[in-house]
Amino acid sequence: MTTITMPQLGESVSEGTILKWLKQEGDEVAIDESLCEIETEKVNAEMPSPYAGKIEKILVAEGETVKVGVPLIEIAVTGEAPAQKEAPAAEPQAAGQMAEERETFAGDGEKAAAAPAPAVEPKRESVGAAGTVQAWPPGQIRTNGAAGDRAKRYSPAVLRLAEEHKLDLAQIKGSGIGGRVTRKDVVKFVESGAPAQATPAPEAAPAPAEQAAGRVTAPREADELIKLSPTRRTIGERMRQSIVEQPQAWMMVEVDMTQLAKFRQAVKDQFRDREGVDLTFLPFIVKATVQGLKEHPILNSQWTPDGVLVKKDINIGVAVSTDEGLIVPVIKQADGKSIAGLAHEIAELARKARNRKLALDDVTGGTFTVDNTGAFGSIASAPIVNPPQAAILSSELVVKRPIVQDDDSIAVRHMMNMCISFDHRVVDGADIGGFMRTVKERLQAYGPETPLY
Amino acid sequence: MVKANERPARTRKGGVASHLGLENERLVELYRTMLASRLIQDRMFVLQRQGRAAFAITGQGHEAAQVGSAAALRPGTDWVIPYYRDVGVCLTMGMTAREIMLDFLARAEGPCSGGRQMPTHWSKRELNIVSGSSPVGTQILHAPGVAWASKVRKEKAVTAVYFGEGATSTGEFHEGLNFAAIHKLPVIFFCENNGYAISEASEKQMAVKHVADRAKGYNIEGIMMDGNDLIAVYQNMAWAAEECRGGRGPKLLEAKTYRIVPHSSDDDDRRYRSREELAEWMKKDPIDRTKRYLIEHDALTEEQDEAIRKEVEELVREAVDYALGQPMPEPETALEHVYAEEVS
Amino acid sequence: MAERSVIEAVRDGMSEMMTADDRIFVLGEDVQEGGVFRATEGFLDKFGPQRVLDTPLAEASIVGVAIGAALNGLRPIAEIQFADFIHPAMDQILSEASRLRYRSVGDWNCPLVIRTPWGGGIHGALYHSQSIESIYAHIPGLKVVTPAFPEDFKGMIKSAIEDPDPVLFLEHKKLYRSIKTEVPDEDYRTPIGPAVVRREGEDVTVFAYGLMLHESLTAAETLAGEGISAEVVDLRSLRPLDKETILNSAKKTGKILVVYEDNLTGGFGAEISAIIAQEAFEYLDAPIVRLAGPDIPTMPYAPPLEHFYMPDAEKISAALRELAAY
Repeated sequence: MTTITMPQLGESVSEGTILKWLKQEGDEVAIDESLCEIETEKVNAEMPSPYAGKIEKILVAEGETVKVGVPLIEIAVTGEAPAQKEAPAAEPQAAGQMAEERETFAGDGEKAAAAPAPAVEPKRESVGAAGTVQAWPPGQIRTNGAAGDRAKRYSPAVLRLAEEHKLDLAQIKGSGIGGRVTRKDVVKFVESGAPAQATPAPEAAPAPAEQAAGRVTAPREADELIKLSPTRRTIGERMRQSIVEQPQAWMMVEVDMTQLAKFRQAVKDQFRDREGVDLTFLPFIVKATVQGLKEHPILNSQWTPDGVLVKKDINIGVAVSTDEGLIVPVIKQADGKSIAGLAHEIAELARKARNRKLALDDVTGGTFTVDNTGAFGSIASAPIVNPPQAAILSSELVVKRPIVQDDDSIAVRHMMNMCISFDHRVVDGADIGGFMRTVKERLQAYGPETPLY
Repeated sequence: MVKANERPARTRKGGVASHLGLENERLVELYRTMLASRLIQDRMFVLQRQGRAAFAITGQGHEAAQVGSAAALRPGTDWVIPYYRDVGVCLTMGMTAREIMLDFLARAEGPCSGGRQMPTHWSKRELNIVSGSSPVGTQILHAPGVAWASKVRKEKAVTAVYFGEGATSTGEFHEGLNFAAIHKLPVIFFCENNGYAISEASEKQMAVKHVADRAKGYNIEGIMMDGNDLIAVYQNMAWAAEECRGGRGPKLLEAKTYRIVPHSSDDDDRRYRSREELAEWMKKDPIDRTKRYLIEHDALTEEQDEAIRKEVEELVREAVDYALGQPMPEPETALEHVYAEEVS
Repeated sequence: MAERSVIEAVRDGMSEMMTADDRIFVLGEDVQEGGVFRATEGFLDKFGPQRVLDTPLAEASIVGVAIGAALNGLRPIAEIQFADFIHPAMDQILSEASRLRYRSVGDWNCPLVIRTPWGGGIHGALYHSQSIESIYAHIPGLKVVTPAFPEDFKGMIKSAIEDPDPVLFLEHKKLYRSIKTEVPDEDYRTPIGPAVVRREGEDVTVFAYGLMLHESLTAAETLAGEGISAEVVDLRSLRPLDKETILNSAKKTGKILVVYEDNLTGGFGAEISAIIAQEAFEYLDAPIVRLAGPDIPTMPYAPPLEHFYMPDAEKISAALRELAAY
């Protein structure tokens, strides 16, 4: 008995409907004579018989819809059926999409033929040896070393968990291939309340930054994740680098700005009319800083493995707050510029920063940074050095305070704190003290005699 | 039907072009645009040689073909899909010298691509100037698509797509003409045939004598014209546009012209064409020719010409100065405008 | 909820959108007649020849014309009859559609959907079976989606049509009529981007899309009976790619199988593997494994050859067992 199945009448067609049987049970049928009319979503067609013989049994009624490959009719074949070799390798079949169609074009009538398939040896190994085959012979997952030697080959997940829980992995029995300790083995070990490693954890190895700061807690629904802008990401990376690489120390001095404040008050309107920019304290502070760096060039430097590299150019970065975050445009060769020139350049760089028009050249090459934190109302801050520079100076809010004078009288003075963070590898407190004194003296000396141009 | 040599009915000797709708004032304006196109492109080469631009690719010599054809279109209503040589087309459609220089110098403010594309890759949406790329011929397929939309909406807009004769060897040329012809779409396929696709002379591009001959294969009309004759180009383009607006299907126009400069700032044309040939074509320079015509017909005086030239020189100088003073794009803006909203 | 096949879901999605917005039109070969897979069956009667446009047999012009129409305010859905035939249009997709927005600094955009049937297992041989997703998912500016269930086909075709950027909508042709599941009745959208965990598991994760997703689900079901718990992630959208869901699942199980029907080398699964190796390294408990087609021209015709090529539930199960035991 030979069974004929529903053919696949088109690509993507998975089922067909018997419209009409053209032969009935008991009828004789010749090869290529039509057996039935089949309708599918794509095509309608008559199905020609692949065999000559007698129709024994019709298995699907007219109007019924069946999947491709489902038996339709049984024929008692007369004479010799056309010989057809079965495809190689009749394996156990999984129930996936591909399963029923592997050896034949599904439903072409051959698959269910009763006769056993001729023995054709599978020839897969010839291709398999080339190593490109996905037929999935065992051992596709490559391992190093002989099987059985894997007890101490730990995966990244296992190592991480061991470190987190301070575990001695030798105490855990592996269930993986070759006795390998799997992630699940470690999790089970921890959940079973197994003791932490008896020996104290080695002191060395400072924890990575992320762990030192504590693991990020799982977000709750109401929490909002703000995606990192490129600027934010850069700031984060630079600040982390600064803190990780530089041992930083801090110092603060106070400066009497009274004389400068009066001077500025006297000239600022005229200055704005003439120059088109405001005369703030900042150009004076930058100017005084430049003087300080000239007298103490060791602060205009950077730490390198070969030694402290003292920079010849004095390029002052000025921190500017923008919507995107902090940006530090650089006043190049600030030592060659007048106070008016500095005022213009600061205004221009701040404008470019806020309009996002800074060019790469505007933000690179700084040798020292001034941060006017007073603009935010701060009276003391601990800025973080902008690597690879050696120090950063912050100027704080100018406030009126009662100050005891040299003659023990008390006067109301314009006072400003000035803070510095510095790379302690490069300089010591004494150098910093000297530098801060110079800057302070310069600032206190500014007055009607000071040339603005 | 090829009507080569038949259709460009020349303006009568001694006559003016007002019967074509070109009053003297308009003619002088077009002449001024041609001059601006020429001087802008000359300046591009200078800026490239000065190291202020990496690259220049221009079309000096094509001014009559470009300005004359674009003049028959309605800026902002009709659509233009230019190719890289089309400074004259873009100027005529309303782009300014400043805008052209901003893009040429890769400034952030440049309306075409703000420093993203190589120079002269045109685009300006409000003028219906479609953004173009560098592979030759790809833009030809956009024309039937744009025109299809116009037709579906029953708009009377014409779509003009420009290309050189080298592009007519591409599959896109065939597919574009075929599609437009099947659906009788209002497209003018405008070929600026300057005789050379970079170094390859026309004989290496095609076995037919004229690009316009190829219209036959699509059952549309192909017109061949003297591309250095401003008025002839205008007249043919105006006719083609009327045909399109009347729903009578696409036209293939071929303007015979000559590029009097190398293919680009990276090209040395002495390797593939003689100086004598160039000298012959210099005599037919469309700018000199238009000027002579205008003076002969009392539409222009030498004094007026001198004034126009000064004014255009000043316009170009100002455009270059302005553009040089503008910033290039911020580095991180390179990440923007890949999608409507940022996706990973 | 009604049960719909994949092809019906695509057809319904397009039809509903076209009814609501007359800027939308379909163009391609044989679309008036319903298309060779019958995706546009009945459209000509419903929407007329101007919105169901039969094109010449030239793929570059199908996409190129669609781009032009999109630039001038229409919303084209271009059908490429078989993904294998899309390559003549590659210049239009890569050099034009995907770059219009970027190269004009946002002045232009190209709202265009390109639908095409891909994938094998249907005796389609070298030129009716190919996987093209890795080639096109490599292109910034283009979106590439590969849904696997009727609900997603309908929800994502609608999202694709509304998307202001070009979307390559890949329809696995073997799924067209073999997968029938319930589809919501209301007008909904499936967003382009997010992946979805189709089956939760603890021991190992399978990443797949298209037909392979269904084969993977079958394999996971088989393995559940053997005590192996496999998680199955349906990627759905390859660009944009949902890295978060991928990494979450990778970190959860630490054992990764990436299944794709394409040739192994340089296939899209390689990108998934690289992302996990780079961003979830410390969570890995086994080598990342790719199961894909061999590096031979995709894919031979004779059933034994075709079967040899195609990854399927059985091969996936074998790989999962090996990973679980590692």
